[in-house]
Amino acid sequence: MAVTDAPSHDTHGELDAEELEEIWADAPGVPGFFSTVDHKRIGMRYIYTAFFFFFVSGIMALVMRSQLAAPNNHVVGPETYNQLMTIHGTTMIFLFNTPVLAGFGNYILPLQLGTRDMAFPRLNAFSYWIFVLSGIFFFASFLIGKAPDGGWFGYVPLTDKAFSPGINLDFWGLAIVFVGISTTVGAVNFIVTTFKMRAPGMTINRVPIFVWSILSMAFMVLFAVPAVTLAAGLLELDRLFGTAFVNPHLGGSVLLYQHLFWFWGHPEVYILFVPATGMISMIIPVMARRPLAAYLWVATALIAVAFISFGVWVHHMFATGMPVQAMSFFSAVSLIIVLPSGVQFFAWIATMWKGRVRFTTPMLFGIGFLLIFLLGGITGAMLAVMPFNWQVTDSYFIVAHFHYVLNGAVVFPIFGAIYFWYPKMSGRRLSERWGHISFWLMFVGFNLAFFGMHILGFLGMPRRIATYPSGLGWDDLNLISTIGGFIFAVGTGVTLLNWFHARWWGQPAGDNPWDADSLEWATTSPPPEYNFASIPVVASRHPLWDQRPLPTASSTGDEATKSLGPEGAEHHETPETTGLDARPQGTLDLPHPTYLPFLLACGIAVFFVGLLIKAVLVGVIGAAVLVVALTWWTWRTEVDLA
Amino acid sequence: MSALSASTAGTAAVPVPEATAPARGEGRPTPWWGMVCLIMTESTLFAGLIGSYFFLRASSKVWPPPGIEEPKVMLALIFSFVLWGSSIPMLIAERGIKRGRQRSLRFGLMAAWIMGAAFVLYSLYDFHELHYGWRDNAYSSIFYTTVGLHTFHVFVGLVMSVVVQIKAWLGKFSEERHVTVQVYAMYWHFVDAVWLFVMPVFILSPHIK
Repeated sequence: MAVTDAPSHDTHGELDAEELEEIWADAPGVPGFFSTVDHKRIGMRYIYTAFFFFFVSGIMALVMRSQLAAPNNHVVGPETYNQLMTIHGTTMIFLFNTPVLAGFGNYILPLQLGTRDMAFPRLNAFSYWIFVLSGIFFFASFLIGKAPDGGWFGYVPLTDKAFSPGINLDFWGLAIVFVGISTTVGAVNFIVTTFKMRAPGMTINRVPIFVWSILSMAFMVLFAVPAVTLAAGLLELDRLFGTAFVNPHLGGSVLLYQHLFWFWGHPEVYILFVPATGMISMIIPVMARRPLAAYLWVATALIAVAFISFGVWVHHMFATGMPVQAMSFFSAVSLIIVLPSGVQFFAWIATMWKGRVRFTTPMLFGIGFLLIFLLGGITGAMLAVMPFNWQVTDSYFIVAHFHYVLNGAVVFPIFGAIYFWYPKMSGRRLSERWGHISFWLMFVGFNLAFFGMHILGFLGMPRRIATYPSGLGWDDLNLISTIGGFIFAVGTGVTLLNWFHARWWGQPAGDNPWDADSLEWATTSPPPEYNFASIPVVASRHPLWDQRPLPTASSTGDEATKSLGPEGAEHHETPETTGLDARPQGTLDLPHPTYLPFLLACGIAVFFVGLLIKAVLVGVIGAAVLVVALTWWTWRTEVDLA
Repeated sequence: MSALSASTAGTAAVPVPEATAPARGEGRPTPWWGMVCLIMTESTLFAGLIGSYFFLRASSKVWPPPGIEEPKVMLALIFSFVLWGSSIPMLIAERGIKRGRQRSLRFGLMAAWIMGAAFVLYSLYDFHELHYGWRDNAYSSIFYTTVGLHTFHVFVGLVMSVVVQIKAWLGKFSEERHVTVQVYAMYWHFVDAVWLFVMPVFILSPHIK
């Protein structure tokens, strides 16, 4: 029979584990670093790299808050302020929030699905290399003192060649196109992994909510990212080659840019927010010690959000002067999108209400998220209403709103997820005590920093200003906001130190420190390279709660089932299952470590540098490397993948 | 059986044997699904360009702008059918290798390559003959960019085809192992399908006043 009831990590003895380790291990040192295709190493790297950008960009925010702490301040000049503002926004969206969520997806998703890697491990490595190279590309502008200064949204005509003649904005425009490759490739990988790699028995209605949220995010990425690629791409064609897309004198349109940008921009909010809610939907049930209420409704809400998010972008453009009928449509849809978020909200409340809540650090971040998201959601509904929107557009009210949503409702779940999953990733627990301190500092600091900005908006303080005169009634609130910003920063620093301590001296976590329900907790902490020697067999939405001990499959002679047991791990394979009911369907050879993804990413990076400095030779070299890498890749396909 | 399964301890209950029973049929390979996703996102890119075309058109009084000749239809139609027609030998190649027919594969790929190359040459000729550059105005910018991007996709298809064809001539594909051919053919059909939308919008629609 193909099923035994032994827990997965006990199915082989000590010696066998070592043998498997040898088959799966990366080369030690530098070669292994550049050639690994292990989703866990890549996921960790995503998270660490993204957090590096988070702290750098956070320090920039502190400099900006110091400048705004008092009227007529001179901490930085307006030119520097504009650069800081642009880098801060761009980095937080493109180089922190998006990739850190992809990092958690990379690490957690295959484990939750009970498989041995992502569907395309080499593409996975490729998307990481693109992410880090585009980040370096973007930050190079700052290091050479030519940072972009047109705002993270890059509105024309300000960012036209005529008004921003330097190379600054080219760094921005090209980096947006560049990093989009990474996001898109990652999304393809998530979709195929979710549909084709689930453990046997994990039918589509038993998939953890976090997987649903990643799936929803990935579909949004596929349809949204091309729009921002076009927005930044067409702008760059204008800037680099003198085309006329956004030049009104030659029939171009500045509004076209805004439409393309926000066609991506609003789904992007949900691209960030939806996986964050997925994390919350994993944390709250575990800490409330009961299954998530209304699983089906929550999963449906996640998919509904993905659709509706494409019909709301014009609410970013209410002040641009469009026909009222058109705007009314987008106003209505922007109000409708509150509904699926409300469904999730009530599901979380019901879960806590009917459960016995443990106030652990991840749970505190979860509850903090609920409160902050409630406020951000309410101001979001307010902004969907045109007359209100006109009143507060381009004021600090907007800054308050999107920080409640993108900082509060995304960063708090991410910190919760760090406390929740780091024990799995490292085998060591973070300190609960310092976690609590970190949470309270962040929560209090956050609200001090951003709540007053709502009022500042009502008092008429415009956003994107480097300083302001005194006597307008803005001074106290700005000072409080600055103090709050620093408290928030100290809170994040406490978690950084907590991580630093746990990394080397943390308490051992054990396989399942939270007594959680999903499959990532069925393997060791940290998991072995092959994740599961034998693939678990799922018969419930909460396998580790309902199936004790967790049954695991063993291999049979059949092509479809030969990789289910330890033989699959031995042969560097993983099972492929059907899309809806997850029945074994085939066997996938997983590729071995390779330099191809790094080489391909380098080719693309060189090509972008060529565009940036308008050096044809550099561009040609980059393209040549790209063609060689792609050819090699295509050549290897039948060798590596049967 | 390997030594590993011998250490599988305590084989007892069999709670869900049906979950591990193999599904019927083989299903699509994962690269096929990957290509479906790539096609979705690339389609969105072209849809964005077509949307931009109509947006720019709606915001100008005369289209094409004064001084710009309308696109020539006759030659475009002929070579469009050459491109669309190239999907037929591609289908023959795909079907062929599924049944292990190496000759269908090799000559199908080659015929599709020649037809695609003819289309690219026509495109380059057509760009060469235009009396305006892509800097002149928004019309010329969107025309060059979109049609050029599509031609570039055909060109990339030709380059990839060279690799696939070399592998085909070396006999690297068989009835069982041909995922490269399958996925490459999808890309080719996709590029042809995009032209079904780009051609009417960019070549034919300017003639509608």
